[in-house]
Amino acid sequence: MAIKVSNSNKTINSKGLHFSELNQKIRSAVKSGADKLKLVNVNGQRYIGTGIRKEMHFDVYGTAGADLGAFMDGPNITVHGNAQDAVGNTMNSGLITVDGHAGDVVGIAMRGGCVYIKGEVGYRAGIHMKEYEDQKPVLVIGGAAHDFLGEYMAGGVLIVLNYHPKPSPCLANYIGTGMHGGAIYLRGKVEQYQLGKEVSVVKITENDKKMLNKHLKAFAKTFKLDYNGIANASFTKLMPLSHRPYGQLYAY
Amino acid sequence: MISYIPEQFKVNFSDKCIKCLACVKQCSFGALSYDEEDNTIYSTDKNCVACHRCVTLCPTKAISITKNPLAYRHNNYWKPETVENIYKQAETGGILLTGSGNDQEWPSYFDRLLFDASQVTNPSIDPIREPMELRTYLGEKPSELKVTRKDGKLVISTKYKPQVKLETPIMFGAMSLGAVSLNLHRGLARASKEAGTLWNTGEGGLHEELYEFGDNTTVQVASGRYGVNHRYLNAGRVVEIKIGQGAKPGIGGHLPGEKINEDISRTRMIPKGTDALSPAPHHDIYSIEDLAQLVYALKEATHYKKLVSVKIAAVHNVAAIASGIARAGADIVTIDGFRGGTGATPTIIRNHIGIPIELAIAAVDDRLRREGIRNTVSLVASGGIRNSADVAKAIALGADAVYIGTAALLSVGCTLCQKCYTGKCAWGITTTNPELVKRLNPEIAYRRLYNLLRGWSIEIKEMIGAMGLNAIESLRGNRLKLRGVGLSDTELEILGVKPAGR
Repeated sequence: MAIKVSNSNKTINSKGLHFSELNQKIRSAVKSGADKLKLVNVNGQRYIGTGIRKEMHFDVYGTAGADLGAFMDGPNITVHGNAQDAVGNTMNSGLITVDGHAGDVVGIAMRGGCVYIKGEVGYRAGIHMKEYEDQKPVLVIGGAAHDFLGEYMAGGVLIVLNYHPKPSPCLANYIGTGMHGGAIYLRGKVEQYQLGKEVSVVKITENDKKMLNKHLKAFAKTFKLDYNGIANASFTKLMPLSHRPYGQLYAY
Repeated sequence: MISYIPEQFKVNFSDKCIKCLACVKQCSFGALSYDEEDNTIYSTDKNCVACHRCVTLCPTKAISITKNPLAYRHNNYWKPETVENIYKQAETGGILLTGSGNDQEWPSYFDRLLFDASQVTNPSIDPIREPMELRTYLGEKPSELKVTRKDGKLVISTKYKPQVKLETPIMFGAMSLGAVSLNLHRGLARASKEAGTLWNTGEGGLHEELYEFGDNTTVQVASGRYGVNHRYLNAGRVVEIKIGQGAKPGIGGHLPGEKINEDISRTRMIPKGTDALSPAPHHDIYSIEDLAQLVYALKEATHYKKLVSVKIAAVHNVAAIASGIARAGADIVTIDGFRGGTGATPTIIRNHIGIPIELAIAAVDDRLRREGIRNTVSLVASGGIRNSADVAKAIALGADAVYIGTAALLSVGCTLCQKCYTGKCAWGITTTNPELVKRLNPEIAYRRLYNLLRGWSIEIKEMIGAMGLNAIESLRGNRLKLRGVGLSDTELEILGVKPAGR
């Protein structure tokens, strides 16, 4: 009987590769059965994990390019470094953890799965996240987020910790502009002028606390951060005022 | 507050009425009611939208709809529509909404262009007897063909990018589920399969039942990303990024929560009853470089097997934008002119933004040729294509194929009452109300849509045969076959056509 050689672990050196070459190598490796891929020397190559539908693990060393895990369904991507724009673009399920900072529109239109960013993110994080039936996306940002956080948000959970690399006040303005679903949790206080006109501050419930604790524990464990340091603060919860923010805009 | 807006129409009954009440049941706008006590059908004329559902289904043809003959003092500047719009906004304080394409009196360039025909010096071709080809391939064409000799045979060694074969250069344009009914999608999908062309899902996802029509489907990705997942992206032949729409360049869409029923919810993958908001821009696209990022995200997600189309509205700088789109890696550039249809758009936007498709397509074709990149993309023209001559003229001006939307809806009963945004369409076309959707029989819709494509395709063959051509390819960008009537030198220059008589 022939012995099957397991090729479930594979390392790809990304140095000097164009994204199309790198992703072709990734797809070939996935097709041939790899379920743990280590990508080293990644230097801004886009679309890593994009469109992959498989429960598997990616370890990315370096800076992941834009659209990391776009339209992805299942994988678990760990980035040992920073990530660029549109992490988890329209992703369906899976987990992305970035052990660093990320760019603009993190989690844009994501419908399921989890994205954890250890550090700071740019503008419009969590824009147009949605939920559907049992799919409920979760985006946790360890550092500060910038303007238009959670814009057009239609579902899911967006948590901003304002904690790493150093505790900071909430920096974003126009938070939740156009929001009509889901919930935003901010560690610390937020001023009324920082909020979009479609959201309001609501009281945190026991269920919210349970949910928050679950994610904060997982987040602290993932990035080896001090759970008590993160959790030992008050949180502000934002909810949309209406599921139909623009219902009164028109003359029928 | 008393409304100052007068009735627009009058519903009239003749003595042929047999009180069968079909009209009362059919009226979805609440314009007709029956009083049992005095056995009379009453009309609430202010609710009538002249959709003609009652007129068409009245078994004795007893109903007619007339314009309300209400007289205003004549005023060529303050027209009744202008006055009534002011009343309506004074009463509501809202944005005026409308459905269907721009209905204003802007000039039509299609109507100022005439075709050539063969006389004496070159023979015309009779398409009924002789081979005549409408087959069209969408996709990037190589700039050169490498031919090598292998075992004494000549073999083309150039690798083609993916191509989509159309048996007729007419496709159905994007109309999303939610804006239109599932029965319309059923009809479009089946007609496309029969006719060998593509229909377009619009931005509202693809209903589970219609995945089997994937080979004839273009799936759309718009700023709302509704129903977009891996399976959806790989379901069709083309993935179309919707940047803009001719009827509403630069603005997004609000599908109201009451239209989001079970089917729409499942297909768009959002909860029932919530508004489906499509932001005006894609927030991951602020530049041509960003567009390239999404184009290649879609290509990566579909393993480079699908074509990527980018649809934009025809606007002032369309030629430069199209050049950018071609350079961003798109396989198809779709341009939607200012006459393009809509399910719901602010009237002021529809009536005043964008430019005619004829000028846009000519300018884009010209620009891409001058830059030497015309072969890298296919061009699709849409927005206000009314008949087969418009199709042929768009192709002569430089398009590879066209989209039709309004014409397709007309073929299944639409009467252009422009009330699509109310969700009350009495013809079952632009509604998600199950009672109304049932009125559009998908089998009949399919036959009518197919017939329209067939009729237009035969007419195009007749027209190009008359010009002495035997393939639609020979007409593409062939502006020598067009002449302009009553156009300025500048317009002729943009269109690239000579004046009639030259």
